[in-house]
Amino acid sequence: MKLEDLRKIRERAEKDISLRRGDARVNVVIGMGTSGIAAGARNVMSAFLDEIGKRDLADTIVTQTGGRGLASSEPIVELHIKNEPVVVYGEMTDDKARRVVAEHIVNGSPVSEYVIEVRD
Amino acid sequence: MPHRLDVLVCSGAACVSNHTADVRDALQSAIEAHGLSTEVRLVETGCMGPCELGPILLVYPEGALYIRVTPDDANEIVEEHFLKGRPVQRLLWEDPAARRIAEEKKQVAFFERQEKVVLSNCGTIDPEDLQEYIATGGYEALGLALTERQPEELIQIVLDSKLRGRGGAGFPTGLKWQLAARAEGDEKYIVCNGDEGDPGAFMDRALLEGDPHAVIEGMTIAAYAIGAAKGFIYVRAEYPLAIRRLEIAIDQARASGLLGEDILETGFAFDVEIRIGAGAFVCGEETALIASIEGQRGMPRTRPPYPSDRGVFGQPTLINNVETWGNIRHIVLRGADWFRSIGTESSPGTKVFALSGKITNTGIVEVPMGTTLRELIDEIGGGIPDGKALKAVQTGGPSGGCIPAQHIDTPIDYESLKELGAFMGSGGVIVLDEDDCMVGIAKYFLEFSCDESCGKCVPCRVGTRTMLSILERITDGRGTLGDLEQLQMLADTIRSTSLCGLGQAAPSPVLSTMKHFREEYEEHVQTATCSAKRCKALIRYEIDRAACKACDLCRKACPVEAIEGTPGEPPYTIHESVCIQCGRCFDVCPFDAVRIESGKKKQNEVEG
Repeated sequence: MKLEDLRKIRERAEKDISLRRGDARVNVVIGMGTSGIAAGARNVMSAFLDEIGKRDLADTIVTQTGGRGLASSEPIVELHIKNEPVVVYGEMTDDKARRVVAEHIVNGSPVSEYVIEVRD
Repeated sequence: MPHRLDVLVCSGAACVSNHTADVRDALQSAIEAHGLSTEVRLVETGCMGPCELGPILLVYPEGALYIRVTPDDANEIVEEHFLKGRPVQRLLWEDPAARRIAEEKKQVAFFERQEKVVLSNCGTIDPEDLQEYIATGGYEALGLALTERQPEELIQIVLDSKLRGRGGAGFPTGLKWQLAARAEGDEKYIVCNGDEGDPGAFMDRALLEGDPHAVIEGMTIAAYAIGAAKGFIYVRAEYPLAIRRLEIAIDQARASGLLGEDILETGFAFDVEIRIGAGAFVCGEETALIASIEGQRGMPRTRPPYPSDRGVFGQPTLINNVETWGNIRHIVLRGADWFRSIGTESSPGTKVFALSGKITNTGIVEVPMGTTLRELIDEIGGGIPDGKALKAVQTGGPSGGCIPAQHIDTPIDYESLKELGAFMGSGGVIVLDEDDCMVGIAKYFLEFSCDESCGKCVPCRVGTRTMLSILERITDGRGTLGDLEQLQMLADTIRSTSLCGLGQAAPSPVLSTMKHFREEYEEHVQTATCSAKRCKALIRYEIDRAACKACDLCRKACPVEAIEGTPGEPPYTIHESVCIQCGRCFDVCPFDAVRIESGKKKQNEVEG
């Protein structure tokens, strides 16, 4: 192994432990209260994780929160991007999740038809 | 698919003793049962620090810190937190000072007041995974050294950093490197001194267990700087986990071309071997350690010649302590100026301490040099438990001394501690409260040095034994004022005439307590009392007739049948002539009816 090889390993390995640095740019917060889970929040979370993995987005983490009292709109997902307002998506599905990753997280434009709230 | 949760399971020796493996297994099963195997990753790390509170879990990305976790908690943690995102409040660290639950590690003063350089990877990476070490910049310093630095430049960086040996004496590390580089010999050796032996010291263990590659990398950089091809890591057999993780790390480094014939394909060759010590305290002394590496009996010899001229097998040898090695990669990567910006002018950098004794947060901490004892004990250590008052702080183990409470604002650096008759030592900090007897503490440490004396030189072998018998006389209430003078005289002689550091420093605990707590010595010899009520010959156990409820617990607990009484018919009585002052009755009595009284046993009862 040469120094260049070591640096390549480091690049990959850094991504692998990026969760522990606590400096993620994007935090996808899934509502995992009882109503969220009943409405399919687990599938939505899996879709986010899968899509984030496929696109190798090391700066994006997925966390959860409890129910927000908006049961009719579950599954609810909040997108926290550093220095941007929080965008809340409602009635999420597997496909919608993948679109949000591609259009909002990667390209920076919220998918307006799924948005139910924007707050600072 | 990437993991969304990294669950760090503290697997330092203290948590291992607290059955962290069972917690890990229970978590693993619960994670599988909930179908979360692809989303949640368990990572076993080195020591996180607050050993008293183990087993500890640290969950990222939130940074939630769970303490005293049992296997029974695993299902709740997985279901509530990992699945539903609701951290289990009852298991989170509750800051006793702020009286609030810390939602994340960042909110805990114990962690926030520390500055982790040497221990930066301890408790945050898997020490058995080379990839994780590399992810934190591991072996980058070695790569830089081998490809872009000349050996002399590296020595200059260490000289400029003013790093001082972390084993205790504080000798300038760069100077050691320079001497070893300039010495002539057929071969040169690098040695890591991991023979940590002070009572209450477990800093080196934490680093070896938590980040073994950092020590190997530091040694390899030095090997290139002084022209050595072979190194030894001397660890004691009592550290099996450290040995195992070192073995794994050495194998990984060899397999990846980071140790061996052609390191990082630069043509430089260096390899290390582990030498397991049998646990003799004197082997922490460098010449005794070298003898032990060679297969000789571990005994010191006179210096000079110093190991830098004649060390292992008579060849020039560079020997540094574990923590010193742990600093090297950071200094090489970030530079001497950066290192000097931490700590004080004469003692730059950080220091790792092992907090124990009468302190709330027992464990491993790292702070910049110059931090005061008050910050270390009150803010990071969480203060003295049970509302007791601080009496003294013992630093430096059997070679160190006691710093009385009035000097608690002393900054921790080599010179300040020395001025007070204490000693930095390797980093053991034992906190003593009002219930500790300073004569008893001095006796404890002297007993240790006396036991561990290798016997080669008379002042240490006979002198420490003589001092110990005087101290035993004093704590038995048979001492005289002349004994104090004799202690002083013996101490001075042992200090100036012993062969090695062990003997020279052995009287320090006695000298420092005689200096700062002379009144306690005088009390023992003049009135045959121990106001801390610790010296067994100077206390009596009595039962308060009015408070006794005749519950029979004390009689059952007494190992020598010194207590007499019938259940339900108070009061019970203790026969002083039989009592061995073990204190079990005092511990078990639910009504505080057992009292410790000062003063010797009543003479008539001893005879009767």
